[in-house]
Amino acid sequence: METLEQIRARLLLAYPAAQITFVTNPGPAAEHSLLIEAAHAVEIARWLRDDPALRLDYCSNATGVDWPDKTITDVTTTTEPDPAGGPAKTVEIKTTRLQPGYLEAIYHLYSIALKQGPVVIRLRTANRTDAVTLPSLTPTWRSCDFQEREIFDLYGIIFTGHPDLRRLLMWDEFKDHPMRKDYVEPDDYEWEPTAHGAVLERAKPHQSAAAAPAPKMGGTP
Amino acid sequence: MNPFTPSAPAPFASAPGPTVRAVHDEFHGDLLEVSMGPQHPSTHGVFRMVATLDGEQLVKLKPVFGYLHRNHEKIAENTTYLGSMPYTDRLDYLCSMSTNWAYALAVEKLAGQAVPERAQYLRIIMAELTRLVNHSCLVGFLFNDLGTSFTPLLYAFREREKIIDLFEALSGSRMMCNYQRFGGCRVDPTPEWLAAAQQLVDNFPRFLDEYERMLTGNEIMLARTQGVGRLDATHAINAGITGPVLRASGVDYDLRKVDAYGFYAQFDFRVPLGAHGDTYDRYMMRILEMRESVKILQQAFKRLPAGPIMDPKAKLRGFRPKAGEAYGRLEGPKGELGFFLISDGSPNPYRYRVRPPSLINLTLLEEMCLGHTIADAVVILGSIDIVLGEVDR
Repeated sequence: METLEQIRARLLLAYPAAQITFVTNPGPAAEHSLLIEAAHAVEIARWLRDDPALRLDYCSNATGVDWPDKTITDVTTTTEPDPAGGPAKTVEIKTTRLQPGYLEAIYHLYSIALKQGPVVIRLRTANRTDAVTLPSLTPTWRSCDFQEREIFDLYGIIFTGHPDLRRLLMWDEFKDHPMRKDYVEPDDYEWEPTAHGAVLERAKPHQSAAAAPAPKMGGTP
Repeated sequence: MNPFTPSAPAPFASAPGPTVRAVHDEFHGDLLEVSMGPQHPSTHGVFRMVATLDGEQLVKLKPVFGYLHRNHEKIAENTTYLGSMPYTDRLDYLCSMSTNWAYALAVEKLAGQAVPERAQYLRIIMAELTRLVNHSCLVGFLFNDLGTSFTPLLYAFREREKIIDLFEALSGSRMMCNYQRFGGCRVDPTPEWLAAAQQLVDNFPRFLDEYERMLTGNEIMLARTQGVGRLDATHAINAGITGPVLRASGVDYDLRKVDAYGFYAQFDFRVPLGAHGDTYDRYMMRILEMRESVKILQQAFKRLPAGPIMDPKAKLRGFRPKAGEAYGRLEGPKGELGFFLISDGSPNPYRYRVRPPSLINLTLLEEMCLGHTIADAVVILGSIDIVLGEVDR
């Protein structure tokens, strides 16, 4: 199989407008990956599946990863001359900057027809809070169906174009996304909203009216 | 877009099923929605199917998951690498040996850890014994779903009991074996153990012959399974179906041959393939794969080398793989079992993901069941082979 750089070069020829970044995997496994811009992800996925030299017809694994905001401290050293005439001092200046976090979806693609792979592609959301949509690759590989539902459930990435995006493992009324790194466990796992609470809420105006003194008839305040 | 409401209809071509009648006139009753499970003996655990029936025929079937969800991945991310090894036993509790191996394989890939030869052979022996356990029990459960009321299952359990007795003698536990380690295995089998295992494997084909004589040509079995739950190869590949279910549709894809992980490249065995992709082919795949497993086991016992079972450089305590990521996968009895790990250099995995074959093999359950009766849906589900510990994680 051609190397990932060659695949990237051919992809850039086919989609000159797309941003495709090579992501190095520093570990011994050395499975590098391609970071694909979300706007072109659907076309590129289809190209990877249908290209005769690759034929990545099988998406084995789709998973999410949470990368929270990171505070990075940069240390710069400068030398300052001593005003008293002594030797110059080195001063460390620490500046902190916030590296914004993002959510990531990773797909492991293989070819059953040509028995080759894997090609790893990743998609990233803009941030972790309000811009968490990514295009769904389920129309290209049906095997992403349940897996993207699971990512939506546990990480909160909203896949546009998914035919049936519902929670997979948690119950539908559940609010949070438990696989996120900043998820806080509830004090009481068993608690969930019941109809009883809504009924009590609706009963409130009646109860306060009954408790208040009856309005006097005919008089003006 | 509200993500909780299903939006557009599926953009992919589903298998052709009967369309829902628009008019419910006086000759036809209304459609009936039946919730099968989570407490239902035919769903093999706490799986739930919401089936819409037109008479006895299925017009819609939605699987519902999550009744056994305990967020295995989150727990593993808060534990050390070795700490979640015993917990992988609980994923597919019928096949803990191969689940252990899949996890060990991924971690070894992540850390660049070598495995000695004897340990590789022992892993193959354990994985193939597990395959015998899984497939013989699956066939038993399939016949249970067909309504034979337990008899074939008891035959299978008789054989399974012998194998898990061996597992207990070796690892101390019948089902939760916790046997593999990163860089080898935990216990070296004694010569007596190997002799007992050899004898079991020698006798196993006799059990298979007996089993097949009873089941394969059975008239009711043929009537209930041939042509039921067809799955064609193109759909199966696209939906990520793996394992015997994929091979029953005629797709030659066995990771023991394709990836040749461990020492499988040195073994002589064949990959059985089906032709029709129906329930009967899926049943036959299991029987034929058991016969191939026996062949692999015989070769492994003959060639088992002496030597250490742990790599001397393997680290059990203070194990911190370098930053990086790895996806390790192997051919489990149910399909491709993968583990995806991201390390940030700390003792815990930053990301730990299980690629469960049982869950993804259910993707096309609806398409396979549409147009059949509800009794057939039970059989089709039985032939896919799921275990809920792995589906819900």
